[in-house]
Amino acid sequence: MRLYAVCVYLFLYIPIGVIALFSFNAGRHASQLQGFSTKWYGKALNNPFVMDALETSLIVAFAAALFASVFGTMAAVALQGIKGPVRTAFDLLIYVAVMIPGIVIGIATLIGLVTVFDQLNPMIAAIWPNGFEPPKLRMGMGSLIAAHTMFLMALVVIIVRARLAGMDRAMTEASSDLYATPMGTFRQVTLPMIFPAILAGFLLSFTFSFDDFIIAFFVAGSETTLPIYVFSSIRRGVTPEINAIGTMVLGVSLLMLITAQVLLQRGGKKSR
Amino acid sequence: MTQRTRNWLLLAPAGTWFLVMLIIPLTVVFIFSFGERAPSGGVVPAFTFEQYANLPARWAAFKNTMTLAPVGTLSALLIAYPLAYFLAVKADPKWKTILLVLVIVPFWTSILIRSYAWIFLLGGRGIPALLEWVGIEGIRLINTPFAVLVGIIYGYLPLMVFPIYVSLDKLDKGLLEASSDLGAKPWRTFLQITLPLSIPGIATGCMLVFILLMGEYLIPALLGGGKVFFVGNALVDLFLQSRNWAYGSAVAVTLVVVMLITVTVYMRLISRLGASREDVSIM
Repeated sequence: MRLYAVCVYLFLYIPIGVIALFSFNAGRHASQLQGFSTKWYGKALNNPFVMDALETSLIVAFAAALFASVFGTMAAVALQGIKGPVRTAFDLLIYVAVMIPGIVIGIATLIGLVTVFDQLNPMIAAIWPNGFEPPKLRMGMGSLIAAHTMFLMALVVIIVRARLAGMDRAMTEASSDLYATPMGTFRQVTLPMIFPAILAGFLLSFTFSFDDFIIAFFVAGSETTLPIYVFSSIRRGVTPEINAIGTMVLGVSLLMLITAQVLLQRGGKKSR
Repeated sequence: MTQRTRNWLLLAPAGTWFLVMLIIPLTVVFIFSFGERAPSGGVVPAFTFEQYANLPARWAAFKNTMTLAPVGTLSALLIAYPLAYFLAVKADPKWKTILLVLVIVPFWTSILIRSYAWIFLLGGRGIPALLEWVGIEGIRLINTPFAVLVGIIYGYLPLMVFPIYVSLDKLDKGLLEASSDLGAKPWRTFLQITLPLSIPGIATGCMLVFILLMGEYLIPALLGGGKVFFVGNALVDLFLQSRNWAYGSAVAVTLVVVMLITVTVYMRLISRLGASREDVSIM
């Protein structure tokens, strides 16, 4: 039994380990180990295409995670005190957002936004003062942030709601019995208790957005995110540079995840 | 400000966002699926079932998806169950949490990089080269259904382990002791007590993995080398290469409908088995 578990863990971690190992390979060929070197990291970090893609990915992930945590938390808090059709509708929306395959979200966002933009662009051009170049709505970083935010909001609502449900109601009741305003109760009682969950939601959202390929593939327009760059490089062949980028991406995700996990566990213990 | 107004204000941003980025786009896909292809690549509004009538042209993609998704789900289940059992019942409580986290963490890291790792391992100079070294020659692994299956199991194993672990962990260990005190052999205890009580976890795990597999694109694209393709690959081709939006929309709608039907039928079957569905979310 224990041996079996060891085998499964090896299965899970050997591929990741191999990538990391070969990223330090001095040789030109991706498949023969020829001594230790960090030159591929240097090469990746000096590649302007990689750095551009990285910048785009970081901006998108930060913005989407921020919007998702703020709006998702607001919705989760409001949904606690709501019953009836609005509640049902929101539950359904969250369910749909999580259930629909990412590829369908990507497609729907692409053709939905392009169709809406095609209607709006002539209107904007018509009302724009003569002699000025009218702005043109198109797919790009904005649409990517919006699409990620939509999906991640659902994730944040689920996480924050779980924390709210596990919270001791007596605390908020005591606070309002002691004449705290609803805003005061929220700021001084509810928020500190759900904050670890919000932060964990932010970190998970960031990781998800940073790693997402399929939605970005459809809605990023002419922008290139890091996963899109890696995907198109893989298509051209396996190089040690991709190993280095991959190792860095995995490293960043691991760091975020461990932080999120610690936050969720600590938050869980405190309110128990 | 009344409680009601406040709740409305709090819900407004999320509600608007869902409306603009989810409901409207999905509606557009649905409407376009009844349209006709415009010469320039867009869609001419119409009401025709022509696109749906054309679906058999992409039959191979549906067939591959509906074969490899269930096979992948079952294989993941077979590998995940013993591990989940070990973690929940046999593992040292001191190590339990860390071992569980170690299973879940890969799921939250880039599936792109993790699938890429298998291109590396299954490619000509990876495992086949090792096999050649021990005397087995001419084995080709990359760009085969087997490679796609390995990628699927690798990618979705964590998602399967977690819900099964949760249901096994809740199981009253007293029942197992009672069973063995009453003289039942270990395998009998397993079949009559452990397995039936873990059905909710199995059901949740299978559903999560199956749903994600139905929309899979990356794993077949990277490990199937164009020979093993899913509906997801057909969709990328239709929207990004041949720009046939009307037909692509019909394929997308069909994918979602097939998914909903499969999941509904599946849930019915599970609830008939006497298990109740429970919400187990990862992390």
